[in-house]
Amino acid sequence: MLGELYATLLPNGWVTYAAGGALIGLGTVFIYSLTGISAGASTFLESTLSYVSDRPQFAQYRASRDWRVVFSLGIVLGAAAWAFTFGDGPWLTDVQPWRLALGGVLVGVGTRLGKGCTSGHGVCGVGSGSKTSIVNVATFLAVAIGVAQLVAAMGVSP
Amino acid sequence: MVAKDHESHPLFLPAVFVGGLVFGVGLAVSEMARPEVVLDFLQFEDFGLLLVMGGAATVTATAYAVVGRLRDSAPLTGWDYERRLKSFDRNVLLGGTVFGVGWGLSGICPGAAYASLGIGNVTILWAIGGMFAGAYLQGWLRAVVAGDESPAATAEVSD
Repeated sequence: MLGELYATLLPNGWVTYAAGGALIGLGTVFIYSLTGISAGASTFLESTLSYVSDRPQFAQYRASRDWRVVFSLGIVLGAAAWAFTFGDGPWLTDVQPWRLALGGVLVGVGTRLGKGCTSGHGVCGVGSGSKTSIVNVATFLAVAIGVAQLVAAMGVSP
Repeated sequence: MVAKDHESHPLFLPAVFVGGLVFGVGLAVSEMARPEVVLDFLQFEDFGLLLVMGGAATVTATAYAVVGRLRDSAPLTGWDYERRLKSFDRNVLLGGTVFGVGWGLSGICPGAAYASLGIGNVTILWAIGGMFAGAYLQGWLRAVVAGDESPAATAEVSD
């Protein structure tokens, strides 16, 4: 009975998820411990725009734009290091480009408007016990679940 | 966070880089770099994502609780150890909603998208391009709407 429930909820087990989550936390803690920075991933979008745009909305991030590039580059290379050693090697998504592009635009708007994303609000904010972050995470989780179910129900796949 | 000279210590950027590496390994190991896995969660087919976010937040919460008691300030910057607390306003709800629609449609969020590129998924450039376009769009909209939050119509530095 319990075994069936477990197989239903976690068809791929729990180890990779828990271990991966712990490593995401460790990366965050490493940066926080040495610098005091709560690193998130979405401000990079705006701070990087300050290299090519003079708009004050982006220019305000100039002070942090260099380290954010370095942080994001670290994420890319860290994922690559895993994938091409212990992981499954190169992998391509089957999710359709229009979904990725349109979803990406909305993610870009929403994370910057809402002051954070899955890492800033979801990991650092929730880890800080921030009510703002908890509300934001509850909001995007509920909405995303609804939208994903709707899109699937409309027969859009992958 | 106050903008300060972050070039102060020679080990600052290397430390951020190493942290990013570990963060990226975590995203790859946890399968969050695969939009399909995230979409499986959102469709209630695999609840692993809760373990990922819960595990990461638990580790981080421990650090927020402990690190500030061990030291007064961060060694590489001299900055205080502050928790990540953002002010609440309607944009938190509005932004969370818009992000939720995008996440539910694509199965991808910023950090996971960078990691996805790392695992060789060049198709994800559609999403990353979209995110930059979206970030630019909201910056432009803030300027148009101006006065929404502050005189400069600026977003807070968040993640």
